[in-house]
Amino acid sequence: MSPAFTLGDPEQEHRLLRWRIVLAGLLMLAIFLAIMVRIFHLQVLQHDHFTTLSQSNRVKIVPIPPTRGLIFSSDGVLLADNRSSFSLELTPEHIEDLDGTIDRLREFVEIDAASINRFRNRLGKNRRFESIPLQFNLSDEEVARISVNLYRFPGVDVKARLNRYYPLGANLAHTVGYVGMIDERELATLDRSNYSATSHIGKIGVEKAYEDLLHGKVGHQQVEVNAQGRVIRVLDRTPPVPGENIYLSLDVSLQNIAMDALGERRGAIVAMDPRDGSILAMASSPSYDPNLFVNGIDSPTYRALLSSSGTPLLNRGLQGTYPPGSTIKPILAFAALQHGIRENDAETWCPGWYQLKGSSHRYRDWKKEGHGHTDLRKAIVESCDVYFYSLAQDLGIERIHEGLAQFGLGQKTGIDIGGESSGLVPSREWKRRALGQPWYPGETLIAGIGQGSTLVTPLQLAVATSAIANRGHVIKPHIVDEARDALSNKKLLDSGREVIHRVRQTESEDWEEIIGAMHDVVQGERGTARASGRGANYQFAGKTGTAQVISIGQDEEYDEDIIPEILRDHALFIAFAPLESPRIAIAIIVENGGSGSSTAAPIARQLFDHYLNTEESVARE
Amino acid sequence: MKEQSLSERLHVDMPLLFGILVLCAIGLTVLYSAGGQDMSVVYRQGVRILVAVLIMLIVAQIPTMQLSRWSLWIYLFSIALLVLVLMFGHTGKGAQRWLDLGLFRFQPSEVMKLALPMAVAWYLSEKHLPPSLGRIIMSFFMIMIPVVLIVRQPDLGTAVIVAAAGFAVLFISGISWRLIGSLSMLAAMSAPVFWYMMHEYQRQRVLTFLNPEQDPLGTGYHIIQSKIAIGSGGIYGKGWLNGTQSHLEFLPERSTDFIFAVFCEEFGLMGVLLLLCAYSLVICRGLYISAYAQTMFGKLLGAAVVLTFFVYIFVNMGMVSGQLPVVGLPLPLISHGGTSMVTLMAGFGLLMGIHTHRRLLSD
Repeated sequence: MSPAFTLGDPEQEHRLLRWRIVLAGLLMLAIFLAIMVRIFHLQVLQHDHFTTLSQSNRVKIVPIPPTRGLIFSSDGVLLADNRSSFSLELTPEHIEDLDGTIDRLREFVEIDAASINRFRNRLGKNRRFESIPLQFNLSDEEVARISVNLYRFPGVDVKARLNRYYPLGANLAHTVGYVGMIDERELATLDRSNYSATSHIGKIGVEKAYEDLLHGKVGHQQVEVNAQGRVIRVLDRTPPVPGENIYLSLDVSLQNIAMDALGERRGAIVAMDPRDGSILAMASSPSYDPNLFVNGIDSPTYRALLSSSGTPLLNRGLQGTYPPGSTIKPILAFAALQHGIRENDAETWCPGWYQLKGSSHRYRDWKKEGHGHTDLRKAIVESCDVYFYSLAQDLGIERIHEGLAQFGLGQKTGIDIGGESSGLVPSREWKRRALGQPWYPGETLIAGIGQGSTLVTPLQLAVATSAIANRGHVIKPHIVDEARDALSNKKLLDSGREVIHRVRQTESEDWEEIIGAMHDVVQGERGTARASGRGANYQFAGKTGTAQVISIGQDEEYDEDIIPEILRDHALFIAFAPLESPRIAIAIIVENGGSGSSTAAPIARQLFDHYLNTEESVARE
Repeated sequence: MKEQSLSERLHVDMPLLFGILVLCAIGLTVLYSAGGQDMSVVYRQGVRILVAVLIMLIVAQIPTMQLSRWSLWIYLFSIALLVLVLMFGHTGKGAQRWLDLGLFRFQPSEVMKLALPMAVAWYLSEKHLPPSLGRIIMSFFMIMIPVVLIVRQPDLGTAVIVAAAGFAVLFISGISWRLIGSLSMLAAMSAPVFWYMMHEYQRQRVLTFLNPEQDPLGTGYHIIQSKIAIGSGGIYGKGWLNGTQSHLEFLPERSTDFIFAVFCEEFGLMGVLLLLCAYSLVICRGLYISAYAQTMFGKLLGAAVVLTFFVYIFVNMGMVSGQLPVVGLPLPLISHGGTSMVTLMAGFGLLMGIHTHRRLLSD
């Protein structure tokens, strides 16, 4: 004790306090002893009692997965269904000899090597005391056989799960998409409590984009279980909230016709309603069976899909990028009218080729002998290349870029299912940035007939075609029309019309001029696709396109017979119908299909004939 | 003046720090198991511990004399904050405890756990001890004002701690045994008043505590399950990560308030013995520091901090083993969560300060 505190009073006070502190210490010690006695009582004296209770601990809270929402087409066809199936599941923590158990299980249930591999992959990645599926889709017979023997396999369960099933399979694989088992990456970003009982999640297409609506809300139940964790009795239940049912704008009959029309060929068809952006059909060929992915695809099959030259996994409608060829001619003609660099009746002389000043290179027209005197309408109807070379030169690449971009080309459309490519509409700036090269005048001419670096997706073409059809409204396309509560059928989401951009118009006749020319393409005397327009009981408008895959040398001829198929031209066609008050706009691409007029245009006619002559389309009005 | 060691210059008390770190290490180990082997939970808790230790070191730098001068103001400021919480507080889990300061949320009742014993210790050490009856009555009001404010939030657990911290100072100050007796009588008689003031869910907890079996699926579920977890642990426990009660999700709140049940299930009686030894080390060192503090203020405050720490342990273990009602207090330094951790560490910082600023006084 320091000399500063030698006064009698404080010294006594300190002693008093120290005594109280010692007392407090003794009190705490006594209470600690009491706690030890209590714990001793529980852990030693009552140990057997509590061990029994623990082993037969009966009240447990288990999550119940919600039923995933169904997906329907606009004509009421079920596109994604839930089918109940039985799976064999193992809880590793309850199993001593895992390999032995699996071997013995094989006496009762057929377990393939791929399933075992998949099971081993999941080992150690799950939460402890959580069961892992070993084999899906057990047959009734297998369920019966294993069920009576289950007592011999602690930690093994047969669980009934609802499995996603896509009745139409390949025909809608790209748009509806599929669900698959939740992987680690997804697990990290999920709401864990809501997905605590869910094994599958939307991987692509509508299934992925509308996961939030489709999934629903997890439920819980208090159950009585035995020592192996098997449920004996349900005590209390908070039911899950099922996911919402989703109704697509897609028309299955139209979709089927589109898929059949493409057949074995590679290509894509996008049909949409130009009034509100509803996608009516989106076909991509070749396709694949989405049901393969639901419970995990085996690797040989997956590798085959990946390496197939037809790239079936690619959704060509959204992700395929193609040179648009002559299909963009109406749009460029409109841009020329907008800027006042072409009059409707001003004529250009077409000798069958075009030359830039000071260059000997001849840019050829598809028609060797030339179109002669050509005005704007004739240039579109007969798809005169020379007219558009000259027009492109006068517009210049910047105005071409702007003219195409205002119709939504070369940019994502913002479709609700996402995953689309943006394509490319070139400009000086782009070339400098991407390639570090200056823009050459010849490239402007090529861009004028939709060749060169210009790349668009079929969906973009459909949106641009819709914009022509509705006279300037670039509309955001959507596949999902509405979502409804599965129980009350109350409408919860309603995709309406969303205009992204309004094309500036100088004079209203401009639209009539362009649309009139497109009408003549299919139903005029000299139109490139007049064969497809003949005999229709409605009026429509279109434009053919034939996109080169390889460039043909100055002295060479394009001869379809000697060129390998993969290098043949892509056939394109855009169209909308009926001419007045259009209800359907369409973009078709058949890869290496030859000419747009002979390959693509007839498909459009087939689709229009069906769509415009059935009751459903009239009902949509 | 002799050469100061590094720990003295940093104002760190090594035995105390050692005990604290041992407890934190035990905490992280149990948390890994209780949190479902999620390493990210452990990392986050580790960061919280680091922050709390840093705050402890900062608090330890404040000279004790300085603290006693600030005590009243800190106390009044905390009272003002508690009033603000009741008026504008943020509602979390159905109770108003948080004050949203834009950048972060802040729980004034936590500050009160240290502000109250500081203020009472300052007030009593002003005059001779044991205190006069007038001063005792005055102290009683100093304690009851914040306690009532916190009960109204409602936060029964924190109210218990704050009251304990305040009465600990009174007890250490040497009030007569007769007074202690009559105060206990008073507390017993005021129980009905508290019952009236309590919220419905708090009353339910008390009822459940008195008879857990009456509602095995509702509020009694916690206690029954945690008793099974403790009892089935036995002498040596089921082993780390092997507690079926906790991993099969029978145990609620297993990484926070009920983490002691997980500990008992996996490490058994031997584990509990070891844990209580670690706690005793911290408590004994704390009491030693208090007993040899040079000022009355230091003695009173130091002992109050230790007693508060003890009340946490006692109440938590009591409720988890079914001997006390479930009031929602964490097991100090072990349970997952950061708010009470910071307050506890700041308290240890005060203790270290009391101990390491001694020599400066005597010069």
